[in-house]
Amino acid sequence: MSVEAGLFALILAAMLALLQALALPAAHVLRRPNVAGMIPAAAAAQALAMLVAMGTLIHAFAVSDFSVRVVYENSHTAKPMLYKVAAAWGHHEGSLLLWATLLSLFGGLTAFWRQGLPAAMRLRVLAVQGMLSFGVLAFVVITSNPFDRLNPVPMEGRGLNPLLQDPGLAFHPPLLYVGSVGVSVAFAFAIAALWRGELGPGWAKAVRFWTLIAWIFLTVGISLGSAWAYAELGWGGWWFWDPVENSALMPWLTATALVHAVRGIEKKGGLEGWVVLLAILGFGFSLLGMFLVRSGVLTSVHAFAADPLRGVFILALFAAIEGGALALYAARGHRLTGRVAFSPVSRDGALLLNTVLLTVACGVVLFGTVYPLLAESLGLGRISVGAPFFDATVLPLMAPVVALMALGPLMTGRRDTFKRLLPSIGVIAACGLVGAAVGLIWSGAAAAGFGLAAAAAGGVALALWKSRRRWTRRRTGMAFAHLGLAVALVGITGGSQMAAEAIARLPVGGAVELAGRSFGLVDVREVPGPNYIATRGRITVSGGPDLNPEIRRYETPPQTTTEAAIRSTPLGDTYAVIGDPSPDGTVVRVFVKPLLPWLWAGSALMAMGGALALTARTGGTATRRRA
Amino acid sequence: MIRRWTTWVPLLAFAILLGLVAMRIGKTEPPLPSPLIGKPLPAFSLPLLDGDGKLTPASLKGRAVVLNVFGSWCVACVEEHPVLLEASKSAEIVGIAWRDDPAKTRAWLERRGNPYAMVGLDPDSRAVIDLGVTGAPESFVIAPDGRIALKITGIVTREIWLNRIAPLLEKLQ
Repeated sequence: MSVEAGLFALILAAMLALLQALALPAAHVLRRPNVAGMIPAAAAAQALAMLVAMGTLIHAFAVSDFSVRVVYENSHTAKPMLYKVAAAWGHHEGSLLLWATLLSLFGGLTAFWRQGLPAAMRLRVLAVQGMLSFGVLAFVVITSNPFDRLNPVPMEGRGLNPLLQDPGLAFHPPLLYVGSVGVSVAFAFAIAALWRGELGPGWAKAVRFWTLIAWIFLTVGISLGSAWAYAELGWGGWWFWDPVENSALMPWLTATALVHAVRGIEKKGGLEGWVVLLAILGFGFSLLGMFLVRSGVLTSVHAFAADPLRGVFILALFAAIEGGALALYAARGHRLTGRVAFSPVSRDGALLLNTVLLTVACGVVLFGTVYPLLAESLGLGRISVGAPFFDATVLPLMAPVVALMALGPLMTGRRDTFKRLLPSIGVIAACGLVGAAVGLIWSGAAAAGFGLAAAAAGGVALALWKSRRRWTRRRTGMAFAHLGLAVALVGITGGSQMAAEAIARLPVGGAVELAGRSFGLVDVREVPGPNYIATRGRITVSGGPDLNPEIRRYETPPQTTTEAAIRSTPLGDTYAVIGDPSPDGTVVRVFVKPLLPWLWAGSALMAMGGALALTARTGGTATRRRA
Repeated sequence: MIRRWTTWVPLLAFAILLGLVAMRIGKTEPPLPSPLIGKPLPAFSLPLLDGDGKLTPASLKGRAVVLNVFGSWCVACVEEHPVLLEASKSAEIVGIAWRDDPAKTRAWLERRGNPYAMVGLDPDSRAVIDLGVTGAPESFVIAPDGRIALKITGIVTREIWLNRIAPLLEKLQ
């Protein structure tokens, strides 16, 4: 019964979304402005209805109601409760429902938080959000009903991919979804601005607020996803330039650009058109990610089962939303942009250049991700684009971004001179050279990575020192985020350029040497787990605690996963994986990844910086109040 | 000041991208061509399940054969088995028992029938890795000159046998 209540709530939410979308045009046509007054209530009711729908699905998973098709296909009574709940979004229908729920929740929050916006802007934003919700909910109801029943009711479920039975799965997709759906708010603001023909008061502040929320969640979600891949896949890597990883990275890059670009128009205008375009593109990348994952046009470890009807539906939805938005921008975008009144050498100039560089990097990622598709459409054969392409294109683009990030906060707003900046440039360059000199011990790439990280950290420290009497939360937040990127860069560089690995077939009692340490295989034994049997190796490491990598064999469905044993210290990770034991020994693979944990620490710093900036009042009012 | 036409650029780029992507919808992925196609078999030497000799590329030369990677642990191989049994009446099929205990392989073949002219044992994935096998079952059609003519990933269904393997064997003979 409760499952039908969920379906009812879902359909109700779709109807409310339609109401929310059409009330404003209806008020205009009927010449009854008060009709539009229902919009915030519709948005709030829609959010509540979606919470009921999502709650119903989670409940069905928690109690293992196998009369529901998706529960039967993706869950099992023997699974720990955490993974039963997480299974609710570990498949196409459930994850789409979660996506739609978050979209509605963001709509409800926008209705609730007025943020000093004029009614004309607020109602338009909500109307756009209603359209988005209606499109996505129609997709859910028509092609992907999560509340489908089965008759007869199976006794047991078919389990969940054991690879996904990890706390990382329980948390990283929902967080990423909050991020990629959160970008939709900025999109709605952009469309509302084009619709209205002006931005109006409070627009930039609100866009910055919502984009920053999305950015924080994207940052945390992407890093948790990487950490999951690092711990669970057992390949010693954390980023594979997989299409789905890329489709989370693209909204992150655009959101980063948007958060910075919108800053430029908060006090004075100049970049309105660019900001609006970035907001449209940001959500476009979120939708593109959804399309790539669910349409089956790309193969990926993350891909959900392909279904042509779904592919066509999502493509149509994507074309309508993004195409419509860009058409509106094409027709009216020029009206928004005022005169650009800053010199190239200024903070705003650096900001603009950085947002452009980030967008170009994003375009390169997009190109690499869809190129295999395009090549096939154009009859150029089947091509796969891998890490070498992205490393060779994206990383050089990010180098000037980091350098500008170091210098930008030290510049004055609209006009600056090289002469005034020279001492700052000197300090940053000196820091960079020291870092590069240290990096040269390992490789040229390490010199570049450490040099940029040191330069960025130096820039942050200098900016904090220069503004020491006027620290605002926003400024400190920015410092945290920028420092976080520097710290993450150290982790990325150390974990790749200073890394070493060894692979050996060892008998019990044998040892392998790596990076001056001896890894000895002391013991291999079978250990039962809650719903699997593990082969666990015990590896002693000279000068450190033992590592216990496992191979887990699950019964339902029969599948084997590798559990890497990772020992993290601030200086780096030691990482071990074992293969199946055989008479002539067990394959042992060990990695040493110096400084890699800095990547996670840096990501956490970035997210904290974002959160700090989020709680800040706008810089303009804060300084004015002091003055 | 931004020129008017520039605001149309994103829409145009998007339309082109969308058109190209739309062409891919609903098309089933053709199997990835294996880089091994047309190449000679990699060198391997596997002990036989029955008898003394070794299974080597040389022992397959001079006739078209189907090389099938299987294991008694492999559920999909059970599904594939009847097709191979029937096909073995008209073609030579050679098995590679992958990561398997010879006793278990033998028991498995006794219970389900043996379609294989000979079976090589590969408990340590020595040959299987060189063959680029990603999972069992996987099958190769080997031309009389020892070159790989076709690779089938996954279960060989009756349709695959009748439409792709049998005609190719006939052509190669």
